[in-house]
Amino acid sequence: MDPLLLLQQTLNGLQLGVMLFLMAAGLTLIFGIMDFINLAHGAFYMLGAYLAAWLAGLFDAFVPSVAVALLLTAIVGFLVELVVARELYRRDHLYQVLATFGLVLFFDELVKLLFGPQPIFLEPPPWLEGQVELFGAPYPVVRLAIIATGLASAVFLWWLIARTRLGMLIRAGADNREMVQALGVDIATLFALVFALGAAFAALAGAMAGTIVAVRIGMGEEILILTFVVVVVGGIGSIRGAFVGALLVGLVDTWGRALLPGLLGLVFERSVADAAGAALAPMAIYVLMALVLAFRPQGLLPARG
Amino acid sequence: MKRPFSLALAACALVFAGTPVGAQELRIGMLTTLSGPGSGLGIDIRDGFRLGIEHLGGKLGGLETVVVEADDERKPDVAVQKTDEMISRERIYIMTGQVWSNLALAMMPTLARNQVFFISPNAGPSQLAGKQCNPWFFNTAWQNDNNHEATGAYVQKRGFNRVYLLAPNYPAGHDSLNGFKRYYKGGIAGEVYTPLEQMDYAAEIANLRAAQPDAVFFFLPGGLGINFIKQYAQAGLKDRIPLFGPAFSFSQDILQAVGEAAVGAYNGAQWSPDLPNELNRKFVDSFKQTYGRLPSLYASQGYDTALVIDAALRSAGDKWMDKATFRLALEKVVLETTRGAFRFNRNHFPVQDYYIRQVVKLEDGTITNRIVEKIFEDHEDAYVQECPMNR
Repeated sequence: MDPLLLLQQTLNGLQLGVMLFLMAAGLTLIFGIMDFINLAHGAFYMLGAYLAAWLAGLFDAFVPSVAVALLLTAIVGFLVELVVARELYRRDHLYQVLATFGLVLFFDELVKLLFGPQPIFLEPPPWLEGQVELFGAPYPVVRLAIIATGLASAVFLWWLIARTRLGMLIRAGADNREMVQALGVDIATLFALVFALGAAFAALAGAMAGTIVAVRIGMGEEILILTFVVVVVGGIGSIRGAFVGALLVGLVDTWGRALLPGLLGLVFERSVADAAGAALAPMAIYVLMALVLAFRPQGLLPARG
Repeated sequence: MKRPFSLALAACALVFAGTPVGAQELRIGMLTTLSGPGSGLGIDIRDGFRLGIEHLGGKLGGLETVVVEADDERKPDVAVQKTDEMISRERIYIMTGQVWSNLALAMMPTLARNQVFFISPNAGPSQLAGKQCNPWFFNTAWQNDNNHEATGAYVQKRGFNRVYLLAPNYPAGHDSLNGFKRYYKGGIAGEVYTPLEQMDYAAEIANLRAAQPDAVFFFLPGGLGINFIKQYAQAGLKDRIPLFGPAFSFSQDILQAVGEAAVGAYNGAQWSPDLPNELNRKFVDSFKQTYGRLPSLYASQGYDTALVIDAALRSAGDKWMDKATFRLALEKVVLETTRGAFRFNRNHFPVQDYYIRQVVKLEDGTITNRIVEKIFEDHEDAYVQECPMNR
C-alpha cells in the first residue's frame, strides 16, 4: 500500500469520524443522562442540513447561514424535549422508540412539504473549494475543513463538560440523576438544554455533510444507524467514549472499503476479490461492534467506569 | 371432472374480459415512483406521457382515454399491491410507467395472468428480453444494457486502455459493467462495487486516483450519481481523468443538481434534446413551456410511449379490444418518435440508433447534453437470440 494513499484514506476516515462524533455526542448524552432513546436524533441532522442549504441559498453567506441553522435546530430540539420527550422519561424504552420513530416520519414529511421531494445542495463557499497538496497528493479543502471543525467542536465540548458549571451538572446527571435532583438542581431545564445542545451538534454534522453529499429526505436515518454503533462501541453516556468510538468507526469503515479488495486480491483471483471486498467492507464496523460487545460489553470508555 | 371446470372458468374469464368498460373507453394504469428517492425519474416519465396524450388531442387512438396514476414508492410489494388494485378496481387495459427492473419483474406475473399489456417506458431487464420474454410485455425505451454498451463502444473507439469501473452492488450495477465490457475490450484499472445506500465516495475516489486510470466509467443512478460527480470535481479529478457513463449518470435531472461539475463528461443514450427532428423540437419546447424545466431522457420515453400506444390503437382500429389484434398491431408498429424511427424487435424491445452525448454549458448558462456522434445504427439487444417468442 502506497503510504500517501494510506494517509488520504486515514484523512477520509477521520472526516467521517468527526461527523459521527458530533452525532454521537448528543445521542450518548441524551441516552446516558435521561435514559431516553431518541430515534429522532437523525431528524436534527437532516433539519440542520436543509436549513443551512436553504439559508445559504437565500443569503449567499455560508458561515452565518450554518450558524442560524444550528440555532434554529437547537430551538426545535428544545421544543421536542418540551412537547414529546418530557412525557416519556418515566415510560418504558418501547414507548420512547415508538414516539421518536413517529417524530422521524413527521420530520420527513415536514421537510418534504417545506423543501420539496428533490434533493438540494449546500454549495460550499469559494474559499472551501479546490484542493491542497499534502505531501504531493491533492486533498479537497472542504474535507479538511470538516475535520478541523469537528476537532474544534470536540475541544469545545470537552471544555464545556470538564470546565464549566453546566458541564459539571451534566456529568453529575449522567452519574446519578436522583442525587443531582435531590441537591436542588432544576433537572427539567438541564435536560432541555442537553437536548437542544445535542440537536445543535447534530445540525452541525448535517450542515457539514451537506457540503459533500446531496441534502435529502431520509439522510438522518442512514447516519443514525452508524451513530448507534459508535455509542455502543464507545460506551453509553460517555463523551470520551463517543470520540474514540466515532474515530474508530470512521477509520474502520473507510479502511475497510479502501483496503479490503486489495488485501483480498493478494489471496484470491481479481474478480473474486472484488466481489468479496464489496460484500465484506460494509460489514467491517459491525464486526468491530461485535468484538467490542464480546470482550468489553460496557463499551471502550464507559461513563460509569 | 377437471376439464369442464376449467372450461367454465375460462368462459367466465372471457365474459369478464369482454365486458365493455364504458363506451369504448381506453383505461391505462400509470404506476411509477412519485415520492422518495428516484421520484425524479417517475415524475419525468409521467409528465412526458401526459404531454404526449395532450399533443394527441387528449385521446390515444382517437379513444376516450383515462389514465389512472399511482405511486409505487419504489417498493416491489407496493407495486404488486397497486397492480392488483388497478386490475380489479380500475380494469386497466394497459399498464405503463414502471422505472425499476426489480419492480417490473415483480409485477409481471400478475399482469400476464390477467392478460393486461405491460408497456414499460423504462425498466428493461435482461430476463424479459431473453429466456423469459413475454407476450404481454413491451419496452419502449431500451434493454437495460444498451446505453452502457453504447458508452463502451465509444470508450473503445477513443482508444482508452486503462479504464476504472464503478457501479452499485446490485443486479443492474453488474449488468451495467457487463454491458460496458461487451464492447470495451481494453485494460481495466479497477472494478469497484459500492453499497446501493452509500453516499460518500471519498475512499473510492482516493483509490481511483492512485490507480492512475486514463478514463472512468461509472453507473450511479439518481442521487448516487449526483454525489459522485460533485465529489469527483471536489477532488480535482474532473479536468484530469475524463468521465464516461450511461445516459442515466448524466440525465437532465442529475445535471440540474450537479451543474458545472459534470461539464465535459460523455454518455451513451438513445435520445438527446438536440436530436434534429421536428417531433423532438416540438416535444422539448413544449415540455419546457408546460413544466418549466428541460426534459430528461425519461420524459422523452414517457412521451414516446404515448405515441407508440396511439399508433398501435390506430392500426388495430375497431378491433383494438381484441387482445391478439392489439398485440399484433404493437409488434408491427413503425413510427417516428422524438428519437427518430422506432420499431420493436421480435422480443418486444426496440431496435434503434444510439448516440454519444457530451455535457455542455450553453451560452445562456443552461447545462445539458449535446450529441457528439451516432455510435450504433439499428442496434438490437444481446438477449434477443434467447427469446423463444415469434421465432
